Amino acid sequence: MAGEFKRQIQAALANPNMAGALGRFSEAYAASRAKAYEGIDFENLRARVAEVKGRAAGHLDELAARFAARISARGARVFRADSPQEVKDYILELAQKHGVKSVVKSKSMASEEIHLNAHLKEHGLNVAETDLGEWIIQLAGQRPSHMVMPAIHLTRQEVADIFSKEVHERLESDIPRLVKVARRELREKFLGAEMGISGANVAVAETGTLIIITNEGNARLVTTLPNIHVAIVGIEKLIEKLDEAAPILTALPKSATSQLLTSYVTMISGPAPNTDGSPKELHVILMDNRRSEMAADPKFREALQCIRCASCLNVCPVFRLVGGHVFGDVYTGGIGTILTAWFDQLKKSEDIQGLCIGCGNCREVCPAKIDIPALIQELRRRLDKEQPRSLSQKAVYSVVNNRGLFHSLLRAAAKAQKPFAQGGFIRHLPAFLGGLTEFRSLPTIAETPLRDRFKALPRPKGDRKAAFFAGCLIDFAYPELGEAVVKVLNKAGVEVIFPQGQTCCGAPARYSGAQDVAAGNARDNIAALTAQKVDYVVSACPTCTVALKHEFIQDLRETGQTGEIGAAQELAALTVDFSTLVKALADEGRLELKPGQGLAKFTYHDSCHLKRTLGVWQEPRELLARAGYEAAEMFESDMCCGMGGSYSLKFPEISAPILARKLDNVEASGARLVALDCPGCLMQIAGGLDKRGVTIKVRHTAQLLAEVLD
Amino acid sequence: MIFDLFQARAEAVSAEVHRAPDRAAALAFINEFLRAEDLAPAPGSWAIWAPGPLADALDQRALAANLPGLSFQVTRDLAAQAKVGISQAQWGLANTGSIVADSTQVEQRLVATLPWIHLAILPTNAILPDLPALLARIDPTTALYTTIVTGPSRTADIERVLTIGVHGPERLVIVCVDDMGEVG
Repeated sequence: MAGEFKRQIQAALANPNMAGALGRFSEAYAASRAKAYEGIDFENLRARVAEVKGRAAGHLDELAARFAARISARGARVFRADSPQEVKDYILELAQKHGVKSVVKSKSMASEEIHLNAHLKEHGLNVAETDLGEWIIQLAGQRPSHMVMPAIHLTRQEVADIFSKEVHERLESDIPRLVKVARRELREKFLGAEMGISGANVAVAETGTLIIITNEGNARLVTTLPNIHVAIVGIEKLIEKLDEAAPILTALPKSATSQLLTSYVTMISGPAPNTDGSPKELHVILMDNRRSEMAADPKFREALQCIRCASCLNVCPVFRLVGGHVFGDVYTGGIGTILTAWFDQLKKSEDIQGLCIGCGNCREVCPAKIDIPALIQELRRRLDKEQPRSLSQKAVYSVVNNRGLFHSLLRAAAKAQKPFAQGGFIRHLPAFLGGLTEFRSLPTIAETPLRDRFKALPRPKGDRKAAFFAGCLIDFAYPELGEAVVKVLNKAGVEVIFPQGQTCCGAPARYSGAQDVAAGNARDNIAALTAQKVDYVVSACPTCTVALKHEFIQDLRETGQTGEIGAAQELAALTVDFSTLVKALADEGRLELKPGQGLAKFTYHDSCHLKRTLGVWQEPRELLARAGYEAAEMFESDMCCGMGGSYSLKFPEISAPILARKLDNVEASGARLVALDCPGCLMQIAGGLDKRGVTIKVRHTAQLLAEVLD
Repeated sequence: MIFDLFQARAEAVSAEVHRAPDRAAALAFINEFLRAEDLAPAPGSWAIWAPGPLADALDQRALAANLPGLSFQVTRDLAAQAKVGISQAQWGLANTGSIVADSTQVEQRLVATLPWIHLAILPTNAILPDLPALLARIDPTTALYTTIVTGPSRTADIERVLTIGVHGPERLVIVCVDDMGEVG
């Protein structure tokens, strides 16, 4: 990672306006979005959006031809452009031919993608952005920090300063007054411009219709007052039929700005008369810029379903800290990372893709049903393939692919850490490792890992048998958690075995794009876990569970090891997370959870993989309630804690503020006990609380259940 | 009731909704509205009324004589200095509180975009339930420019503070007319 990128991150994190504005917005967004979708079946709606856009992405060429035929029959001119340069040349030539001096623009991401303004300016044209946010950014000489709210990082005072310079008068930082100033200034530009440039949100092939939505009303002026209108339309905006626009127009305003509908939806199907009575000179540029190539890519075609609502930015725990100046380029946030890799170049996404912590929030809210984290994963795999791995990467991967070596290194570390360990935590490390313990204490590596302690456990027989997959953290840092798992299962009449051949689930390699390494871990674990016939393979780590249940199969398939997929599927079918299994056993009457007395009030932290990938969140709450624990829900209980596996090592400066929010919410809940189902979150949250010096206990559901079973 | 939903949704986005039983009542409302807005034949104070079924059926000369500052001639220059623009919408959308107008003729666009206040006449019985109902009725072969308007112009681009009236009208006044008579 370039030092420059780290520096940008630091600068963004140090900007209180950016983090403050984005943070407040993001916190309010969840509720306002939910209100906008009240009474609407979101899953059904987004399935329709995905279907309409997905189908269109399979026929872009044909749809472009149909669109062009329809609208040009009514007098519009359609230009199909492959490259950004062709678009820029076309517009400049058109402007020069008509003696255009002034251009007004309504918001168009496609024009930003090709850096049109700079090009026109270079050739002596006056170009004014007319969307208020875009105009502010243009005057400030900055880049939008958010796709829908370009100037969200600027305060009213900063806007007043920017406008004051433009109009040569000292303006107060009164927002309605500032808006009036913009209206006055831009009204003159609208009336004086010879050319209007817009984008489009949708282009309907069957009818040859462009649909443009705005709230301010600027697109209507851009498309009405100047005699020339140029619409720049990425071909992914094409859909087949007019009625297919309904789900898009229904979802987009709700997801983007929590509105039922934007103030203006304009549908243009041909050149309407100008204000002087002449017919509009209407040019539609259908821009490809690698979209066709994307459509032909079996993985990335999905990203063409995007309707640019930016909800993936609004729910992202990382975006709300650093904003779009760091997280993205022209297109920002999760989807922006993917679009940048294609519309610009893969290399350009190298730094920003690393910012995705993989929490899955965006996948939940995407109205076009795009699995953004999975596509970012795919970017990582392609980047990994494209570039030679560094020596240190190679060294790490060869260790994790060699269980014996990996585990003996962990055992050695357990001894080496002794001078720094205190009460189960490492609070300070030597300076060269200092970043690791700056914002949270680390757990000590257990003197005796679970795999050894297991041999000494009583191992009662039962009429059912479970293989316990511990994962590295439980095995080597939290063996007592593993013992609690065994104890609860034993109480339910389940015999537990610990296959010694099990090793790392492969998550660190997998989430870095090193799929071959992850597939190596998959093979070892499949062999270890399917050697004996069992009823369940149980894990108390959601990330491991996801690996066993879903990712092993994918790793093997995508690395061409199809012969092993059958065994992977067998393993997947047996795999279950701790709380889901115990809830089922309790429902069967195999485990009696008598409400304990005088138990602490708990607040539950939902781990990303458990809640969003496995869909498990009620089970642990239900179990804890049955065991007599009283819940006190925290704000944003299912927001990522900032751990993200090796993410917290790669980006400690981002992990720390994400954790800080989590800890604030924990403390505000009033509970003195945090319950969770993930040893990674346990490490992060317990370490953070220890560093804060707050005595709030953090326990895995298994530990809390084991306590009441005594 | 489809009107009640329309009214509730339109008012929720700061549109002003009025209901008139018939043409005469609608005209009386508009008359009073324009007087209350200090209509005058001066830049920034006049009103322009675009062609439409109702406007076309009026005795325009008499009305203009009675209301100095009201013009049935709609030009770019007049629109740029108008306080009020009046037009007739084809449809309403109940579940979003929107009005819809075929604005292929430029007068329709001028009166609805440039003035501070846009007053739209809407036959109550033209309120459709929702967007899909509308999309089934639009004919893009003739309607080259159609706009769905939902409340006045707005922005939240500075500190996310909702501010009404950016580039378009800062007031949207909808007069629903139950019985349009022969001009419906």
